[in-house]
Amino acid sequence: MAIPIAYNLRNLVVRKTTTLMTALGIGLTVAVLVADLALVNGLKQAFQSTGQPLDVLVLRKGGTAELSSAMSRTVYQELKTNPGIARDSAGQPMASLEMVAVISLAGIDSSQVMSIAVRGVDPIGRQLRDIHVVDGRWFQPGRREVVVGRSVASRYPEAHLGRQIRFGKGLWTVVGVMDAGQSAFNSEIWGDLNQITSDFNRQDTASSVLLRAADAAAVPALINSLNDDRRLNVTAMREQTYYDNQTNAGAPLQILGIFVSIIMAVGSSFAAMNTMFAAVSRRATEIGTLRVLGFSRFSILTSFFFESLLLAGIGGVLGCLLALPLNGMTTAVGNFTTFSEIAFHFRVTPGVMMPGVIFALVLGAAGGLLPARSAARKEILSALREG
Amino acid sequence: MKYLPLILKNSLRNRKRTSLTVASIAVSFCLLGFLLAMYRVLFFGNDPTPAQALRLFTHHRVSLSQPMPASYEAKIASVPGVKAVTVWQWFGGVYKDARDPKNFFMRMAAEPDKVFSIFSELQIPEDQKLAFQHDRTGCIAAKALVDRLGWKLGQHITIAGDIFPVNLELTLDGIFDTPDHVEMLVFNHAYLRESLPPSIRDIVSAYLVQAQAPEDVPRVARAIDTMFENSPAPTKSETERAFQLSFVSFLGNLKLFLMALCGAVTFTILLVSGNTLSMAVRERVREIGILKTLGFTSGAILGIILGEAGMVAVTGGTIGCALAAGMCGMLRRSVVGVQYLKVLHLTPGIVAITLAVALVIGIVSALLPGARAARTPIVSSLRYTG
Repeated sequence: MAIPIAYNLRNLVVRKTTTLMTALGIGLTVAVLVADLALVNGLKQAFQSTGQPLDVLVLRKGGTAELSSAMSRTVYQELKTNPGIARDSAGQPMASLEMVAVISLAGIDSSQVMSIAVRGVDPIGRQLRDIHVVDGRWFQPGRREVVVGRSVASRYPEAHLGRQIRFGKGLWTVVGVMDAGQSAFNSEIWGDLNQITSDFNRQDTASSVLLRAADAAAVPALINSLNDDRRLNVTAMREQTYYDNQTNAGAPLQILGIFVSIIMAVGSSFAAMNTMFAAVSRRATEIGTLRVLGFSRFSILTSFFFESLLLAGIGGVLGCLLALPLNGMTTAVGNFTTFSEIAFHFRVTPGVMMPGVIFALVLGAAGGLLPARSAARKEILSALREG
Repeated sequence: MKYLPLILKNSLRNRKRTSLTVASIAVSFCLLGFLLAMYRVLFFGNDPTPAQALRLFTHHRVSLSQPMPASYEAKIASVPGVKAVTVWQWFGGVYKDARDPKNFFMRMAAEPDKVFSIFSELQIPEDQKLAFQHDRTGCIAAKALVDRLGWKLGQHITIAGDIFPVNLELTLDGIFDTPDHVEMLVFNHAYLRESLPPSIRDIVSAYLVQAQAPEDVPRVARAIDTMFENSPAPTKSETERAFQLSFVSFLGNLKLFLMALCGAVTFTILLVSGNTLSMAVRERVREIGILKTLGFTSGAILGIILGEAGMVAVTGGTIGCALAAGMCGMLRRSVVGVQYLKVLHLTPGIVAITLAVALVIGIVSALLPGARAARTPIVSSLRYTG
């Protein structure tokens, strides 16, 4: 026969200070884990929503990053003739030659200078992405004008609408702010391809080409035909794959966060064990009475074990609540593929809170087993006498 | 102090509880010490060696990826207080397979005749040094790197270019030792220059400048940056350490992240310690009443409880520091490729901070239960049945 759950609940309520303190300790551990997972989750989201399923990114043979890739205009002209590429309403192949470079801007607390990616595109480049101008207007081809991503505009005073940024061979006017949904383009500055290549002395070689396949079935064939073409000497991949690979930008923070939360968990489970041992010794008479009433040793064991889980569960929920205010907060990490910064939002989703609560329960189980066993082992007479 | 035996006896009364509390606190302090050590390495760096203190890193103000003209070298060399200048060109490239992080190390192009004066801390046999200086396609590498990749003197090393459209075929002429364990390979800039097409041959993305004396460094940095202020490629000159720190900011807002973690850990310790102590005090209400009838003042009672808390916390802190030192040592030895972890140490300063935090936490956590016990009137504590 099982001891009613209400018994455990009431016990937790009676010792509310101890319960709260222990649960809060576990909660902090869980909050660290949940915050860390939410960070990685947000970063993943940013990269995953950057690539379009039909788009193929072409880099120099063996290239792994746009920044270190080189793509000549001659190769671009060759590429465009591939029959697998979709055509726009004017019958032109949807292929965008782009140039990516990195510049530095001073952040809001101007002591730190951060690296921001600059992308030179032709009109087709914008057509291939889901980008809206939210403030100002799009840059005009042939002018020294740029449009900045939403997070760049909000994080860097230098890049406010109407201001001028200095890079390449001189000043550029910020004429617009673009919104690219959750994607990585919010952390970029876009300008005219010809203007930007000439500022960086790379008129003949830009960085990469973005292609749109005619349909989903054509994507693998397009990638294969480009990779196999020895004349072109390029590497093609799904745009989504390219951005998925960049999720590792969050790896240092992720590893640190998980490492810290595991060590904190060891400490918290000792604390939980302490609380449960205290509960067992305080309730020795009760345990004896329960045994006299006919509850088995096993019922006592499960009851105390369950109480520990309950305590940890409260901690887990508290931890999620503590981490919840982070949801939607903007932060940024350096991206080693682009050597520039990517801004994104913390995302505290159920998928992130779930592991947090499970983590708390595991911790409670580790802390509760020994005390529950010692409660179950008590002899009736000595337990009754102990109190 | 005369209560010390009593404090000791009290804390050993419930051994299971005391040891669990000490264990819990020790683990948390181990983490705190480790996080502080990380913080120190990332945001303060190790103290610069005398050779390091003389070095300045000059790059394009806008970005490392933007080049400067080769003509800057002679101009920088003419600045008063400058002892030597070398091109210090980052060559990205791929060694074997870029997907394996083991194959990542710094590959720098520099001028062989200047490298050894600017990096005076490099230890290299004289014959190997000469061999490198007379071999256009030669290179030297750090001992740690050579050991890790199993290279031997005379080894042929191929590095495929990515930023630069050339493949380097290098010969390992020398192996050097440095105190800071940097895993880098240095090769002849002349070789890189000759292999490049004329249009990009004469551009350099960084110079390394050696000042004559440490006190000249700030003045030299200012003089260089002022000289190029209005040119098409304005520069930024900073010390090696400042440059490394700017690289850390690239990892994201680590400072805030680490501080938040330290805060969470400290608060957890406070909770654990406070909780244990309130449990202990609650059990001893009667006993405290008896102590009072025996003539112990409220202040003495408070002192005994504070002493017990402080002792438990400091014991935990000490064990924690020992654990943290072990952890730092383990990371130093086992982690490959992360330069910051190679210099991770639990310095005496950090140990002092951790122990101070332990003492403060112990006392703060005891204040509430201690004050309650001290304040309870004798009669009600004697009547209490816990």
